[in-house]
Amino acid sequence: MTRATEISPRDELADVRPEQWRALYRQMLTIRRFEEQVNELYTSARMPGLAHLYIGEEAVAVGVCAALRRDDYITSTHRGHGHCLAKGASVDRMFAELLGKAAGYCRGKGGSMHIADPEVGNLGANAIVGGSAGIAAGAALSARMRGTDQVAVCFFGEGALGQGLLYEAMNMASLWRLPVVYVCENNLYNEYTPASETTAGSMTARPEAFGIPCTEVDGQDVRAVLRAARAAVARARAGEGPSFLLCHTYRYRGHHVGDVNRAYRTREEEQWWMTERDPLTLLARWMTAHGIADAALLAQLDAKVREEIARGLAFALDAPYPDASEVDQHVYA
Amino acid sequence: MPSAQVQPATAPEVRELTFAQAVREALAEEMRRDPRVFIIGEDVAEAGHPFKVLTGLVEEFGRDRVIDTPISEAGFTGIAVGAAMTGMRPVVDIMFGDFITLAMDQIVNQAAKVHYMSGGKLRVPMVVRTTLGATRRSAAQHSQSLHAWLCHVPGLKVALPSTPYDAKGLLKAAIRDDNPVIVFEDKMTYQLKGPVPADDYVIPLGVADVKRAGRDVTIVATSSMVHVALAAAELLAGEGIEAEVVDPRTTVPLDVETLVASARKTGRVIVVDEGYEKYGVTGELAAVIAEGAFYDLDAPVRRLGAMHVPVPFSPVLEDLTVPTAERVAAVARELCGTR
Ligand SMILES: Cc1ncc(C[n+]2csc(CCOP(=O)(O)OP(=O)(O)O)c2C)c(N)n1
Repeated sequence: MTRATEISPRDELADVRPEQWRALYRQMLTIRRFEEQVNELYTSARMPGLAHLYIGEEAVAVGVCAALRRDDYITSTHRGHGHCLAKGASVDRMFAELLGKAAGYCRGKGGSMHIADPEVGNLGANAIVGGSAGIAAGAALSARMRGTDQVAVCFFGEGALGQGLLYEAMNMASLWRLPVVYVCENNLYNEYTPASETTAGSMTARPEAFGIPCTEVDGQDVRAVLRAARAAVARARAGEGPSFLLCHTYRYRGHHVGDVNRAYRTREEEQWWMTERDPLTLLARWMTAHGIADAALLAQLDAKVREEIARGLAFALDAPYPDASEVDQHVYA
Repeated sequence: MPSAQVQPATAPEVRELTFAQAVREALAEEMRRDPRVFIIGEDVAEAGHPFKVLTGLVEEFGRDRVIDTPISEAGFTGIAVGAAMTGMRPVVDIMFGDFITLAMDQIVNQAAKVHYMSGGKLRVPMVVRTTLGATRRSAAQHSQSLHAWLCHVPGLKVALPSTPYDAKGLLKAAIRDDNPVIVFEDKMTYQLKGPVPADDYVIPLGVADVKRAGRDVTIVATSSMVHVALAAAELLAGEGIEAEVVDPRTTVPLDVETLVASARKTGRVIVVDEGYEKYGVTGELAAVIAEGAFYDLDAPVRRLGAMHVPVPFSPVLEDLTVPTAERVAAVARELCGTR
């Protein structure tokens, strides 16, 4: 196991230009503002169903997807809005999908937990915990069989470490040196249960048992995530097989938008993560210290993002629902 | 044998092949035709599958296209789903139909749902080949016929070939289909011989076949029960009862029209399937026939399926659990007695 060590900012990711850091910041901000809006839609009863907010974990999706090409694949989870946006989805069609509108990414048939956008390599969010482990390995196998150098990233929460499918897939991915990157988002809770009560032994020993190198990453530091993801993606692209990134992170909100009491953890713990370990604050501070951004620029970015969110939401609220005739379309291809 | 067999101007070469050879030929032809087709499963390469269905394929196509896996039904089925979503056309081999239970999440919640949930953007052109059928003295965990489980799920197609001819034609159609198709092959039919044309043909999914024409009673039978039904028809013919045997060939999609037309013609129907009778395929077949031909029926549709017990090991007991020609004939006599 390797631990991402502190290196000097001067050498760090020397080929990432200032505007790229600002773009990463903007992406994280977009995810945050998008989800704040989702929460507002839900609490004002304008949004049907459930939504699992990703707020607090933005650096993982953004850092990992920044290491990918448009034609690389991702598979996502029930907490997938951040992954979808980071892989290239636009907020207007995301909102439309969440509202069940025909203009949504899946014509309103998928909803929050099933957003797919093959045009940017997003093979879909998945409401079955661990359910996409096979799909990600299959996309990697297919890339190899078709002779491309595409890579597949499999995002999952630490709760998926309890699911056997993940281990079946990791075993084959390692045996066959498939270009998969496993990104485990350890936000400390499987729904309402602490990971310590569900996961025996060491998390990193699991991939290591399959001969898959594991890197522990500070999931609140987008720079650390990007660095680790780049190494894993490069390894996959070079035909050297899968990697596992254990990203330590935290979800600020409840398991889903309706989980407001959160008796399974303390407000002090939440407060600590939000004030000490916030991914947006950490990047903003670093960019400011290195002359990449200042308060005025950050405020300007926030205004732009808010405007984009407002426009996207207006589009989605105005968009029509699918026609009733769609209900039995797309059962079969 | 199949009446749907077409007769072109210049008669094509027709050989006698076993069911297993017909399956192998279908796979080989489709793999030659389309480089996206590959096989994945346990012991599919050098071992050639426990029933020797795949012998020789790895020699021709190599280990990259005939992929041996660890014992991981959920894992390799999921890998096939991901490969199918991204441009390949996998054929998954699940050694025994009983083991499909291990891959159920990947088939039911993933493969069957992807096209719909994505609003039609993603497709899963994948085939799962597996087995059904008792009477091999294999006991309860290697003898089930679980196809009804999959028929129940929208988004999946289900094929139940009964002859070498159908096995080849249906499998080729399944491989070319853009949906997940589950093909159940009865273990007891692998060595069955029958005529198979050497040229390229496909049997469209959703077209039933009248395996024997008759006027007095219709026996709708699936998979190896077609042979049970044909044997019953022979018994009955000696007694002056002409049974028509109709093989749906695929249960999803189902050729309701052909079933109903036969029911209208004969006025009496027995449905026979090797899945458990309760809540099974026979229930659905009986219902669609009753709905479509009620006023032409002279008696209620009768059902025959497997007994509602785990399949016992002892040959004496096992044979009691599946429909036999004698039992089908007895029900036919009862029905015709109501004349
Ligand atoms: C197979 C399965 N079992 C149970 C659930 C219900 N469920 C949804 S999310 C969740 C917890 C997942 O925890 P984790 O993987 O850590 O992801 P997180 O929610 O923390 O992002 C559970 C149990 C499910 N969706 N799928």
